[in-house]
Amino acid sequence: MNAEEIKSDLVKNIPGLELQSEGESLIVPKEKLLQVACFLKENEKYRMDYVSCVTGVDYLGKGYLESVNHLYSMEKKQGPVVLKVRVPRDNPRLPSLVPLYRGAEYQERESYDLLGIVYEGHPDLRRILMWDEFEGHPLRKDFVQEDQDIR
Amino acid sequence: MSESALHPVETQLLEVSIGPQHPSTHGVFRMNVVLDGETIVKLKPVMGYLHRNHEQLAENMSYLGSMPYTDRLDYICSMTNNFAYALAVEKLSGIDVPERAQYIRVLMAELTRLVNHTLLIGFLLNDLGAFFTPVLYAFREREKILDLFEAVAGSRMMCNYFRFGGVKADLPAGAMDKVKEIVNNYPRFLDEFERLLTGNEILRSRCQNVGILSKELAVNASITGPMLRAAGVNYDIRKVDKYGIYDRFEFKVPLGNVGDVYDRYYVRILEMRETIKILHQILKQMPEKGEIISAKGATAAKSPRMWKPSAGDAYGRIEAPKGELGFYLVSDGSPKPYRYHVRPPSFINLTILEDMCLGRKVADAIIILGSVDIVLGEVDR
Amino acid sequence: MFGFGVLKGMSVTLWYFILSYIYPKKGITTVQYPEQKKEVQERFRNFPFLVYEGTPDNMRCVACDICAKECPPKCIYIIPEKDEQGRIQKKPATFDIDFAICMNCGICEEVCPFDAIFMDHDYELSEYDRLSDLMYQRDDLLKPLEHFAKIRPTDCAVIEEKRAAKGVKGRAQTPPPAAPSSAGPAQPPVT
Repeated sequence: MNAEEIKSDLVKNIPGLELQSEGESLIVPKEKLLQVACFLKENEKYRMDYVSCVTGVDYLGKGYLESVNHLYSMEKKQGPVVLKVRVPRDNPRLPSLVPLYRGAEYQERESYDLLGIVYEGHPDLRRILMWDEFEGHPLRKDFVQEDQDIR
Repeated sequence: MSESALHPVETQLLEVSIGPQHPSTHGVFRMNVVLDGETIVKLKPVMGYLHRNHEQLAENMSYLGSMPYTDRLDYICSMTNNFAYALAVEKLSGIDVPERAQYIRVLMAELTRLVNHTLLIGFLLNDLGAFFTPVLYAFREREKILDLFEAVAGSRMMCNYFRFGGVKADLPAGAMDKVKEIVNNYPRFLDEFERLLTGNEILRSRCQNVGILSKELAVNASITGPMLRAAGVNYDIRKVDKYGIYDRFEFKVPLGNVGDVYDRYYVRILEMRETIKILHQILKQMPEKGEIISAKGATAAKSPRMWKPSAGDAYGRIEAPKGELGFYLVSDGSPKPYRYHVRPPSFINLTILEDMCLGRKVADAIIILGSVDIVLGEVDR
Repeated sequence: MFGFGVLKGMSVTLWYFILSYIYPKKGITTVQYPEQKKEVQERFRNFPFLVYEGTPDNMRCVACDICAKECPPKCIYIIPEKDEQGRIQKKPATFDIDFAICMNCGICEEVCPFDAIFMDHDYELSEYDRLSDLMYQRDDLLKPLEHFAKIRPTDCAVIEEKRAAKGVKGRAQTPPPAAPSSAGPAQPPVT
């Protein structure tokens, strides 16, 4: 599936949308994420009903956190469509995909736990792999952990 | 005797933690259940007891250096973990794989599928209460495949066999005869296993119509693997993506119709029979001699610290025995990955554990968890 | 008849019960360890060992530190030997491997350019103390080339053939260094 083709379809059907494409992926502004995902899920040509991977990347040098979603279609056996959303590091909030895709639930919790990206609209956003009282987000590039057993 | 004649009995809801130390939770896994008598009212899985921070370890190591760590993700099927990682890196950097190496890779991946499904059926029966008899029957057959892995890769479990662009070393003399022997004896073992288990009334009454999963919920909750196919959705990544050389083999994809625990058990037995068909075709088609690693891959393997892939990102996925295993890699042109993420099937298949268990008893929850097929190394990474 | 499936399953176990008496080779598959031991395959890799030719002084390792840098859990610690003037000799003074950390991946064997380190077959290495007894020093790790040929004959034959074809000389065959520049023992094979 060509990124350019998807981009032109999206821009045609969603008013007020501005997208960039980077390689095979599309960079979506965070306000329009749910609309884009809903369009891709319901449109007859795409039918992207399966979100395979939701993860986050920390770009310390460029100053933003990025949330990456890979969408596939189980009905039409096509894909992937890669959507990337960029949020600033000091206020990483973006809408959650859980109302549309239940499969994003645990993956978004993990992204919150390890990178600190807050998903608004998630039914149960709390730590999943680290224990609840842990402070900090381990996978961030500027995370420093005190060394407990220095011998 | 009617209940309404009696004064209604006041009960409290009881909150119990099943695990983390429990022989039937397949590892250090905890479920907080709220019980009304014996019926489950709420279930919340708690994980993270085996979290080893695999993703951050990989950011400090060369690409080849994290290959032994991928063995330890789903520690039963180490060959398929290696396969998924090698596929992701080859997509990122554009390394190709020669013919004989492709056949060896598919051979190892399909043998791993046999290993995993046999073990799973054995342990599902263990959860049901058939204490260890089916496990030992399964293990006796697995031993032959694990001995083959030891002869080829050097280790039974942590194989570390795949390299970017091929495999580490060629098959030793006598390995193909061992494969032929395994493939010829397996159908007879499967028949014996089925005679032991499939018609068993206790298994049927405990597993049928328990833990039903509907098609729509399965697709929406990103379930993959035999669990999805038992619910009736025809989605097998070997047929969809056609990675490796899977398009050269003819095999069917078995589907269930009800989506209960019995269907998940039976889909796995049928998948093993399809795997035997693929192995027969591999034995016929595999070239006798050939390169086992491409030239670019050999330079990557000889000096891992110096090898740099091109900048960019890639997502490589395969049909692991448990579901869709994917690796998402972001590279900035240096010898160490910038971001390394594992998409684990067991972790995501646990999303609907609560939905399947509501209204059932505690004993059913144990076998539903057993049929989801989790390995904690993958859930927690 | 209800219950027939259970009986059918029990017939399988009954058959194996009988088989274990009349034909034990097929009926009993247990290996009674430690009285009986199962043979390991040739390529089995457990912990590493260093190779020497002839005398332990004549080891192939030149302390190039590549295996220590490539080791994923970083369990190898090497300090090269220095002569009286402080110049670095091509021999390790200390070569410590922490067996408590080593994960038997075999990457050190794969990347060594001098065929000096290989994976051994010995797996009965339990100790009582977790921290100190499992640090193996250089002298514990040295084993003769004949040991390598005995445990892994095919691999040893292939490697020795490649070394002979490239004309790689062992340490004993080169003259001891007389000039200030030390004569290296072996040429690295061209990758």
